[in-house]
Amino acid sequence: MTKVSLVHKEIDKETATSLLGFWVYMMTDCIMFASLFAVFIVLKNNIADGRNGAELFSLPFVLTQTLILLTSSFTSGLAMLAAQRTKLKDTFIWLGITGVLGASFLALEVNEFVNLDHSGSSWRISGFLSSYFTLVGTHGLHIMVGLLWLVGILVYMYKKGLNETSVKRLTMFSIFWHFLDVVWIFIFSVVYLLGVN
Amino acid sequence: MENSMYRSKAFKAYSTGFVLSLVFTLVAWGIVNRHVTNEHQPYSHLFIHILVLSLAILQLVVQLIFFLHLGREKKPRWNLQALLATILVIIILVIGSIWIMNNLNYSMMNTVPSQEDRPF
Amino acid sequence: MLSIFSAVEVPGTDRLVLLFGQLMVVVAGLFIGLALIYFKKVGWLWKNWLTSVDHKKIGIMYLVVAGVMLLRGLADTVLLRTQQATSTGASHGIVSSDHFQQIFTAHGTMMIFFVAMGLVSGIINLIVPLQIGSRDVAFPLLNNLSFWMYAAGAVIVNLSLVFGGEFAATGWLAYPPLSELQLSPGVGVDYWIWSIQIAGIGTLLSGINFITTILTKRAPGMTMMKMPVFIWSVLAAMSLVAAAFPILTVTLVLLTLDRTIGTHFFTTTGGGNAMMYVNLIWAWGHPEVYILILPAFGIYSEIVATFSRKRLFGYASMVYAIIAIAVLSFVVWLHHFFTMGAGANVNTFFGIMTMVIAIPTGVKVFNWLFTMYRGRINFASPMIWFIGFVITFSIGGAAGVMLGVPPIDFQLHNTLFLVAHFHTMIVGGALFGYFAAIVYWFPKVFGFKLDEKLSKLAAYLWIAGFICAFTPLYILGLMGATRRLDHYDTSLGWQGLFIVAGVGLLVIFAGVGVQLLMFYKSIRDRKKNIDKTGDPWNGRTLEWSTTSPAAVYNFAIIPTVTDRDEFYRVKQLKSTIPKRKFSAIEMPKNSPFGIFMAGWALMFAFSVIWHFPPTIILAVLGVVITFLVRSFNDNTTYLISAAEVEAIERKRIGALL
Repeated sequence: MTKVSLVHKEIDKETATSLLGFWVYMMTDCIMFASLFAVFIVLKNNIADGRNGAELFSLPFVLTQTLILLTSSFTSGLAMLAAQRTKLKDTFIWLGITGVLGASFLALEVNEFVNLDHSGSSWRISGFLSSYFTLVGTHGLHIMVGLLWLVGILVYMYKKGLNETSVKRLTMFSIFWHFLDVVWIFIFSVVYLLGVN
Repeated sequence: MENSMYRSKAFKAYSTGFVLSLVFTLVAWGIVNRHVTNEHQPYSHLFIHILVLSLAILQLVVQLIFFLHLGREKKPRWNLQALLATILVIIILVIGSIWIMNNLNYSMMNTVPSQEDRPF
Repeated sequence: MLSIFSAVEVPGTDRLVLLFGQLMVVVAGLFIGLALIYFKKVGWLWKNWLTSVDHKKIGIMYLVVAGVMLLRGLADTVLLRTQQATSTGASHGIVSSDHFQQIFTAHGTMMIFFVAMGLVSGIINLIVPLQIGSRDVAFPLLNNLSFWMYAAGAVIVNLSLVFGGEFAATGWLAYPPLSELQLSPGVGVDYWIWSIQIAGIGTLLSGINFITTILTKRAPGMTMMKMPVFIWSVLAAMSLVAAAFPILTVTLVLLTLDRTIGTHFFTTTGGGNAMMYVNLIWAWGHPEVYILILPAFGIYSEIVATFSRKRLFGYASMVYAIIAIAVLSFVVWLHHFFTMGAGANVNTFFGIMTMVIAIPTGVKVFNWLFTMYRGRINFASPMIWFIGFVITFSIGGAAGVMLGVPPIDFQLHNTLFLVAHFHTMIVGGALFGYFAAIVYWFPKVFGFKLDEKLSKLAAYLWIAGFICAFTPLYILGLMGATRRLDHYDTSLGWQGLFIVAGVGLLVIFAGVGVQLLMFYKSIRDRKKNIDKTGDPWNGRTLEWSTTSPAAVYNFAIIPTVTDRDEFYRVKQLKSTIPKRKFSAIEMPKNSPFGIFMAGWALMFAFSVIWHFPPTIILAVLGVVITFLVRSFNDNTTYLISAAEVEAIERKRIGALL
């Protein structure tokens, strides 16, 4: 069983502490999403005068989004691999692809939100739509923050290379990004797949 | 020099995780898509729910193992413990809330509460 | 009877009361600000305290703010008790009904979020790193940020009085639909939301910080089962923080969205479900009260062992009890709304779980008593607080078990019986523990002891006053008195009991007065009471092995631990101070990061409350830029050379020899 190693060395104590702290933060973020899921499930049949999921969601569209995000999670893992082998260029490439995929995902989502709003299904219509926009929108906000973070990491790496801080921050980012895909698995399943029924 | 990372065990792990996730995603999507595009809705409501949720949980486990390297840290396994505790909290919160909120219908709108109002 | 009180009429006094409150906030703020400028202490304060990332200084700052908020909360208490003692029959007391609603809302909000949580945060900050043999917490900068988020929340509460003159009038948990826009159109609820939202984020970050600290920064050899019980209680409480506060964050956001962009989470129309708010807020709220009490339990464990001069009885069962209480606290939350309409099976499940949680609590109480048995007890003031706790908490806890039985709760829910129960838990349980902790650890933090005579007197006054103030409320609740009443019929015959409760409050006030006198006298006479050894109580745990106060790095050489009560064990060996070789110590630099971030948060909150988009955007940009500036700063630590360490140690230990 291999230890997670950074640049073929032991993780130093300070990095290990930071990673644990970030993991604990990630746990609290999961509980936050769980609360939003609980709200969504309780309110999902409260459609008031508005439309329901079956009328609003497009399965092909959501599959596209899902595949894009899943791939970006995979490429962020490859970026980690490259960083651990101190391959600066490969790290940049994989991170760049991750960013482009993430941005595409976000663009699709914003597009969907705008369309829903313009076609009379905004968050003001019903409890169902309020919780839909908030749950999916919060995930989207996390993606946006992740992308901004990614830019910050790229700039830092460009200036300072793959030093201990770069790798530490990259590790935290990849944990964050993986978890965002994990949350999306459940949004995809609970909101969309079960919602079109 | 070229101990290519694309041939390493770690790369195989990530790829396995990716492919498995892809499979679970497509199967879930495919069955639901077939269910809703078909006029006669070939599957039961319960079957769809169990299938979709099971595949989601399977994909969660796959990603935890292959992307997040869970189970590979050395003792004490704080990450794993924290995650298990979190999952417990999430189950209590979500299932508890669903149970409570549904059960509130027990006293609503019927003159005599009946068995249908109580899921269990 | 008591017709003198009918001369006290609303609205004349009502306006006076509001004006007085506003004046106090403005005058106090101005006084402090001007005094700092006059004595040229602004720079000193900024450099040595406000930007400090030292857990010891942050702990003191928490306690100062918590103390100020306690006085503010007690001022509200005076108004509430006076109103309820006088507002019957023809008299309508001293404040209007609407203001009364705001006062009890502010009272509860301040006491829980800014007094109790502030005391908890302050004490754990001061003691946890010292007790585990660490130099600081895991994330010192984050620690500073947490403090400033807490302070920003406190500022928002106080600002509500001055800007807008309105707070939420909904009760401290602001249930919808009353807290929705339609029934609370003003800024009051928004002030409430943002003060606790921001403070709550600070708490959540502290939770992450202390969990990581306890898991990773213990001295070598201190395994989990060798940690002091106080540390276990903090770990459990902080785990509850991490698990529960995200729920609060979400729920407040949803209410905010309802109030700002027209969503339908908890509205009465459009498919909202107000009961979901109640469900979520208590899913947070119940763990919250265990977050408040568990550290107090830990403090009692330390105090009882030290002052009984005996090892704590049943260490393992204490640890398991703490864990059991923490886990169970997550499956009882429905007992706060038995009457909301769930069926019998749901109510029964949560009722039984509520009663079960009394079992590990009982285990702890017995273990404390068994520790005292055959000990050589020193009844210093911390022990007086402990005795007061055992008496009041046992009674209040029994009341809680009663309330946990749904059919009984149907009679007692939202009566004064409930109010008496939870005050007994929080005041008799948690607050007494934090007062005891302050007296117990004061010498470690400041280097001199508090005046013991005044400390004991304060404890007696608080305990007697508390019993006098709340026993009438238990009786009134059983007689059917609803909570939050600003007026009641004279024919009910309740006034006498309300007056007794008011007298009890006066006794508590005397206790507060004695506490303030105690601080004054102790500080004035500090040179006579210097703690030379660092171990004024013959303590058992590692914090007593440092000097008082501890050096900035806490331990020049991180100790190696071999047993529980390690320091006590070492003392028994009567070993001499060994010749030590010191090495350089790296410490984190001070930083204005936390103040700036909290400042932006304050700007954001204020802008949302008053609907002013430009400063919302500015605040968000401010957060991003401050974060980026810090991220690109690689020069965040400084080195204390080995020679400097040696000089500091010689100077301090030299005083001992």
